[in-house]
Amino acid sequence: MTSSLDHTTRAAYVEYLLRLGDDRLVLGHRLSQWCGHAPILEEDIALANVALDLIGQATLLLGRAGAVEGAGRDADALAYFREAVDYRNALITELPKGDFALTMLRQLLFSTYALQQWTALQQSADADLAGIAAKAIKETRYHVRTSASWTIMLGDGTDESHRRAQRALDDLWRYTGELFLSDDVDRVVSAAGLGAPASAFESVWRAQVEDVLARATLRVPDAAWMQRGGRQGRHTEHLGHMLAEMQIVARSFPGASW
Amino acid sequence: MVIRALPPRRELLAILETVKDPEVPVLNVVELGIVRDVRSSDDGVTVVVTPTYSGCPAMHTIEADIVAALRARGIEHVRMQTVYAPAWTTDWLSAGAKEKLRAYGIAPPGSAPDDELVALTRRTPSPPCPYCGSVRTQLRSEFGSTACKSICYCSDCRQPFEAFKPL
Repeated sequence: MTSSLDHTTRAAYVEYLLRLGDDRLVLGHRLSQWCGHAPILEEDIALANVALDLIGQATLLLGRAGAVEGAGRDADALAYFREAVDYRNALITELPKGDFALTMLRQLLFSTYALQQWTALQQSADADLAGIAAKAIKETRYHVRTSASWTIMLGDGTDESHRRAQRALDDLWRYTGELFLSDDVDRVVSAAGLGAPASAFESVWRAQVEDVLARATLRVPDAAWMQRGGRQGRHTEHLGHMLAEMQIVARSFPGASW
Repeated sequence: MVIRALPPRRELLAILETVKDPEVPVLNVVELGIVRDVRSSDDGVTVVVTPTYSGCPAMHTIEADIVAALRARGIEHVRMQTVYAPAWTTDWLSAGAKEKLRAYGIAPPGSAPDDELVALTRRTPSPPCPYCGSVRTQLRSEFGSTACKSICYCSDCRQPFEAFKPL
């Protein structure tokens, strides 16, 4: 159905798909940095599995973005040959992996957001995106359960695990506001029935997160200045370093296959 | 010029049933539900597949194995088509396929959860031990050696084992 989109709607929809795809590509790459470094073998495997799910979802979303754009860019071209300023991920996904508590708290905040997002996107007027959502939501349920369980174990665990979990939450909270901002891109794709405004499920997200945090004996941080800019390509200094590592092989040997 | 007719769908499926999943070699790609359809037309055979998980790294191998199996039977022109809807589910595994899994030492999946509202902290119950049948088992991790498996432990025969995750 996207062949009939007018220029404005098409451009907004490509931007929207890049936001969805970049969130998952960047967070998936951050998680993959745990491979070989997690505290126990089972969690090393689990984090690599979640990373694989997210990078798989990103491949589908960026592939769709390239197809709708119609300029000949596939998922690999979008992943490996864009600069940091062209990335549209939310800032929370690009922060360094930190300790295990920061990784798990971020995973809780993002997975619960993704669960609501996929729920809404199953109704997208774009059958391809609706299909991706129906597939990804099954994987996301596992991500939510794992991160919620770990948040409770860490928060309601030892003094040190509690302290680290609370510190992670305090550090991350200021990056959650950006997930629910709406701009012209959201308005255009929502009006066309293609996308779903995140502001519509912010209260559900907050209730789910607060439920887990209460069981984890963690304190929801006070209202803080919310960081923003990732959706417009204004990133932290961390993304450029991450992309340099992620993109170097593809850029050194363009078109290589193995 | 000799034009050899392409085999009927039933025979094509029989060929595809010889292709095993590289990670779970007791199951073939048809009974796993990865092959959704196979069609022949004037210009060759089209095989429609769907991945188990979005990022399943075995899909490239599976597609290459499918092409090789058909080529070995003289079918040169094979086109692979990937679909994502309907989303793959373990409910597509037949009772026979589940029994093959159990005999291989992987606990088969129960029914896939269909509720949209997932309890955030609820864990899926751990399945019976594939070795001794005991129900005194614990889920150790919801993520295993491949995306489709979890890691469990049996308190009776004291064996760790893998379980196919309901999806």
